[in-house]
Amino acid sequence: MTDVLDPPVHAEHHGHEEHHGPTGILNWLTSTDHKVIGLSYTVTSVIMMVIGGLFAEIIRGQLATPNGNLVSLAQYNELFTMHGSVMIYLFAGPFAFGALANIMVPIQIGAPDMAFPRLNALSYWLYLTGSITMLSGFFTAGGAANFGWVGYAPLSNSLNTPGAGADLWIGGLLLTGFSAIFTGVNLVATIFYLRAPGMTMFRMPIFTWNMLVTAILILLAFPVLTAGLVMLYADRHFGTHIFSVAGGGVPVLWQHIFWFWGHPEVYILALPFFGMVTEVIAVFSRKPVFGYKGMIFATLTIAALSLGVWAHHMFTTGVVLLPFFSIMSLLIAVPTGIKMFNWIGTMWRGQVWFSTSMLMALGFLFTFLIGGLTGIYLASPPLDFFTHDTYFVVAHFHSVVMALVLGAMAGLYYWGPKITGYLLNERIGKAQFWFLFIGTQVFTFPLYVLGLQGMPRRMAVYPNDPQWKNLNDISTLGAVLIGVSTILFVINVIVSWKKYPAGDNPWDAQTLEWFTTSPPPHHNFYRLPQIRSERPTWDHNHPDYRSLHHGEHEGVHEVKGAHE
Amino acid sequence: MKVEAKILLGLGLFFGLMCAVYWNWSLENAGGVMMFAAMLLGFLPGGYYWWWSRRMKARPEDNPQATQTQGAGVVGAFPGSSIFPFVMGMGAFFVVLALVFGIWLLVPGLGLVLWALLGGTAEGRRGGTH
Amino acid sequence: MPGFGASAGVTESSKSAFHLWQGFSIGAVIIGALVVVLMLWAIVRYRRKGDRIPEQHQYHLPLEVIYTVVPILIVFGLFAATLVVENKATANPKTNVVVNVNAFQWGWQFLYPGTNALVYGQTTQSPIMEIPVNTNVHINLTSTDVIHGFYVRAFNFSRYALPGVVNQFTIRAQSTGTFFGQCTQLCGLYHSLMFFRVKVVTPTQYAQWLSTFNNPADIAKAAAALATTNAELASGVASKTSYTKFGR
Repeated sequence: MTDVLDPPVHAEHHGHEEHHGPTGILNWLTSTDHKVIGLSYTVTSVIMMVIGGLFAEIIRGQLATPNGNLVSLAQYNELFTMHGSVMIYLFAGPFAFGALANIMVPIQIGAPDMAFPRLNALSYWLYLTGSITMLSGFFTAGGAANFGWVGYAPLSNSLNTPGAGADLWIGGLLLTGFSAIFTGVNLVATIFYLRAPGMTMFRMPIFTWNMLVTAILILLAFPVLTAGLVMLYADRHFGTHIFSVAGGGVPVLWQHIFWFWGHPEVYILALPFFGMVTEVIAVFSRKPVFGYKGMIFATLTIAALSLGVWAHHMFTTGVVLLPFFSIMSLLIAVPTGIKMFNWIGTMWRGQVWFSTSMLMALGFLFTFLIGGLTGIYLASPPLDFFTHDTYFVVAHFHSVVMALVLGAMAGLYYWGPKITGYLLNERIGKAQFWFLFIGTQVFTFPLYVLGLQGMPRRMAVYPNDPQWKNLNDISTLGAVLIGVSTILFVINVIVSWKKYPAGDNPWDAQTLEWFTTSPPPHHNFYRLPQIRSERPTWDHNHPDYRSLHHGEHEGVHEVKGAHE
Repeated sequence: MKVEAKILLGLGLFFGLMCAVYWNWSLENAGGVMMFAAMLLGFLPGGYYWWWSRRMKARPEDNPQATQTQGAGVVGAFPGSSIFPFVMGMGAFFVVLALVFGIWLLVPGLGLVLWALLGGTAEGRRGGTH
Repeated sequence: MPGFGASAGVTESSKSAFHLWQGFSIGAVIIGALVVVLMLWAIVRYRRKGDRIPEQHQYHLPLEVIYTVVPILIVFGLFAATLVVENKATANPKTNVVVNVNAFQWGWQFLYPGTNALVYGQTTQSPIMEIPVNTNVHINLTSTDVIHGFYVRAFNFSRYALPGVVNQFTIRAQSTGTFFGQCTQLCGLYHSLMFFRVKVVTPTQYAQWLSTFNNPADIAKAAAALATTNAELASGVASKTSYTKFGR
């Protein structure tokens, strides 16, 4: 092929020769290859998902009866605190920007590695030690942190929560927070400086775009959390009174700081999975992403708005500017809706191929639709007043995060073969999908009803009302189904281990990562195609099927390029 | 480079507007300060990129018609392996544990961090292992 | 009209919040159904039927503009409705009945300034706050230790009890009865047992109830509690005004 040429030389010392680094455990400890680090992230974060899931199963077990005695009141507080903390801080974020983005972003833009490989390795070690730090609270005398994953002051001060568990929670968050910041720096630098020739900004895959925006959000939000944690630690141990009324401090200040990080964090978690799902839907519909530029614009709009909505978590404090946060929060529905319609538009008149990955992506669409629609209610203060801190909110964000889990699975089934060189078993994968998808709906739906009937969140025991018990039981059943799906996933990985070789491009995919081998070589590419659109691999494999604008049809060629 | 600059400047502009509206309306300082800082995070790097983009030649990755040969040459040095990120990570781990279990842990913690700093810098000068 | 899981409640603002809820729900159901139908249509109609590569349509500007502009209009509609109800829910009309609600780990204290009434109870003792029906009842809500949540489902309303802040709101119950209330904001070990009740009675019953607090011990207790809460209110109100008086 004339349009395939050697990639640029990546380092002074070698051209294409194979990597001769250490192997085995020493490789794991010392490698600065983004793919090895990404794989470490993937394994660690999936283990974290399983740990967080186990906490969830215990929580649901406790709530199966009104006066559950599976765990004590104190243990219950630790469990839901660590469930939320593990899932948010140690699974969803690191899985998105540490695992999949770390592996895929450099390959998608034709880069040899991340811009700062050693910083990238440091990110992983901070993430791993941060996770260990946070979880080790369970082994201290006072138990793990027990003030909720939001750590509201003054409950989190040394008077109300003495003990090492809370400090370990703070310490773990500091480490993972720096890990995230370094990854953010790395992603921005990689995307700005290491793109292949011809890979203009508006030719980057949507996933890479979303990761760029996510990285910018990380840089905006995480330093705020880190600062807040330092203040919290100072309040606990150095006698400051930043968040305590007694010394003239303001407890609500913690909420402002926490949610100024916390709401962008929601999009830091969500945007990568939006990106994954976008890629998956396009590939398995055999079409380009519908409204590519609109999609990018929507992502940027979500990011911009996400910094102005933090206090919708604080409507019931009575001390925030309700109308401002209400309209900003409602407005986020607009770009989110654009994305939803673009996803449908991508499938429209395509050839929708129901692989496991695509099923997961479709499951994401439905679950996220429900999570998104119920989110609109919560943007309206009068409606938030009566659903705040009830199970309605719990159900809302579990719809959203379970959608993200579906998105994560779509990403794993889609990119797993590229990372490992082997496909996963589709039959087990589809069984996993149905358990996960149905389990999610069975799990969340009763929680919406419970919330509207007035059941507050974070309750170890609840009034003995038969209807509440039934709803809780259904929800527990859903949690069990989700647990089964996780077991099926583990079984699938074991069963499919090195069994089904994938080849370079098993899905007839479109973006640059599918041009190289599976798994990719040390510096990712032996050769690169010419890049003339956001689908270089597709253009190379199907030169006669370029993207069409409204009103264009196949065979009618315009003089100008695709759309650049 | 211009697109990159525009994204950051655009975000900075939006945060600046939002900051002005919010701070004037709510008179709440914490959010106002944080949004002001967010605006700076848009403007400072965005302004730098903009300034730089006007002084540099167009890069092959910004040229829609670029061929792969235009990217030939050395992109940069990418070390294939290094022990120092691990050392640094363990040092940070001990520093954080010192916050919880006692100040003496700072000794191994800062020691490891220092070793990683010196070793990593020296390794970087040599070009690192590939 | 269906309630979509919520109920109208017994206060004036709970009813308007409920109507807003219904409005939002109708919108959500219509939009949700539209999206689901489009999704299902795409999945079923365009399922893979062979190896033919479909036409690579990527842009349709008029369509994209429509599904940008229409949601913006819907959002502003929702916002307008929100503002109307929000202003009702947060209004503080003049009233004679005042209750100082003080939340603590893990219970509630209801003090009626100007009278000798004082109710105090922990966890499952579930103290009862009595208020007259069809009367504006002004609540001064604060906390002595950590953050608690004052939530009565029948009022479709909740508010944080914040240390150092006095949250003020007005309830106007329109029917009598006893309603369940609970702390909604995690406040420590016995959070799940921090109950209270609101008993809405006729004004005569209310006056009768107030007059039961007449022995000297009660009076002394109420006076002492009032002195404490007044000090709290005095320090708290300052922080409240600095937060909620928006605009210059």
